[in-house]
Amino acid sequence: MAFYASFGTVILLLAITAPVSLLFGFGGATAARSHFLPLRWLGQGYTAVVRGVPDIVFFMFFVIALDQGIEYLRHQIKCPDWDQPIRQGNDFIVCTAAKMPLSNSSQWVHESYGFSLAVLTFAIVFGAFAANVLTGAMQAVPRSQIETAEAYGMSRRQAFWRILVPQMWVYALPGLSNLWMILIKATPLLFLLGVEDIVYWARELGGSKTNVYAYPHPDWRLYYFIGLLFFYLGMTRLSEIVLGRLTRRLSHGQATVAGEAQRRVAG
Amino acid sequence: MSCLETIQAYGLRSIGIGERLLPRSDFTLCDQFTLIGSGLIWNVYFGFLALLLGFFLANALALAKSASNPLLRKPAEWFIFVFRGSPLFIQFFLAYEALVLLPRSGIDIFGITVATSWTTKAWAGALFVLFLNTAAYSGEIFYGALRSVPKGDVEAADAYGLSGWNKFRRVIWPTMLRLAWPSYTNEAIFLFHATTLVFFSGFPAWQQKGDALYYANYFADKTFNPFVPYPIVAFYFVLVTLCIITIFGAINKRLNQHLPQEARRKLRIRPQVIR
Repeated sequence: MAFYASFGTVILLLAITAPVSLLFGFGGATAARSHFLPLRWLGQGYTAVVRGVPDIVFFMFFVIALDQGIEYLRHQIKCPDWDQPIRQGNDFIVCTAAKMPLSNSSQWVHESYGFSLAVLTFAIVFGAFAANVLTGAMQAVPRSQIETAEAYGMSRRQAFWRILVPQMWVYALPGLSNLWMILIKATPLLFLLGVEDIVYWARELGGSKTNVYAYPHPDWRLYYFIGLLFFYLGMTRLSEIVLGRLTRRLSHGQATVAGEAQRRVAG
Repeated sequence: MSCLETIQAYGLRSIGIGERLLPRSDFTLCDQFTLIGSGLIWNVYFGFLALLLGFFLANALALAKSASNPLLRKPAEWFIFVFRGSPLFIQFFLAYEALVLLPRSGIDIFGITVATSWTTKAWAGALFVLFLNTAAYSGEIFYGALRSVPKGDVEAADAYGLSGWNKFRRVIWPTMLRLAWPSYTNEAIFLFHATTLVFFSGFPAWQQKGDALYYANYFADKTFNPFVPYPIVAFYFVLVTLCIITIFGAINKRLNQHLPQEARRKLRIRPQVIR
């Protein structure tokens, strides 16, 4: 049943987006503290732009922009002898070979292409926020730790990978867990990106003019949405519990207040 | 049409004054700026009123959540948990579907018919949802601030013989507000960003009177060119954000004016994403 499968879609989105945006964030944070000036500007500009504007604007913008960007690149590669301009008035025209996905490909290709665009968009937006959190976390690692590493004769790169990165997670965790909550609550926006997610199916199945059921039924959308509300409440509550445990595990043996408190309890 | 005429025709289009038909072809930059700017009226309307009304409910919620009486505490905790734990988008849908189910002819209460059809309109229904939502979020902020009011301040108030309402009004509440203000500023920014969701959730835009993003989406759909309307929306929202920061910064300064220069807490602006 498509409605239940769409819960899987949401969870799949979360499972893919979280690591990808963490990767984006890590790249952004590393770029923002780079010694190479243009790279630093890129990293800082990325976080600054995405944070100041409503996210939903980005969601609407990136899906079309990415789609057109990909089609434009393919157009340049596949049809080099195309002489007409791509933007004709209000239309965006590329040759048929450059259409993405190809117009003769099957339904699931179209759906998974839309889904991967959505994942990429989520990753770009949430990557900026993760970059912000990770930059803060890198700065929060005590300076003396790096100095000690340098005193041992480690290079900048070695100190970064062996000292800074393992230690920054405990500082990043509160911000990242906050971000995870926001990510969960952002998933219904998939509906706006044209993916058939739970909101889509809740409207479709609940509406009285659906063609999924053979028999007519009154408007059930209210009950479907109450179901969704409970699904999300459960998800956030579960994450709260898991993240609380993770925080306790990570602060073990760290030079922070929480780590110190654990040490004292242990005797 | 010259740009001035465009502004006359479409400047107040989002509240139903001016030209009825939206421009259909040959969109100029001026068209897009004017219409999206006119949609911004709705964003400001939703954001301002929800924030203003939500402030009072948030104070009440924060007090209720820190009350020792479980009859007060439990409902406040649940209210905050439900509104903070679920996506605003779903809340909009749910509210709309619930309001649609109200009988269309109105409810009969003691012989007086109460009209209900206006609640499904965005100006009332969406405002109500945003009001409850921001109250829950800021209630949690105020609750956190209430718990971090310095013990010394309360003891000093006791030493001066203040108690009950006087103690709350003169010592605890101002301190709570002062501590909560930086986060509350973020919440305000974040609420204004959330107002763009209204016309993309259940609430229909009646007679194409929509908000800034609604018109931007209209242009992007018509021109297949996202590179003009969305940056315009972004530009307008950066302006709104700057206005909020200025106003809230001034209030923050006033709240902190009795403190020595170094101890003042600076506003740190960290707008968040979606709620």
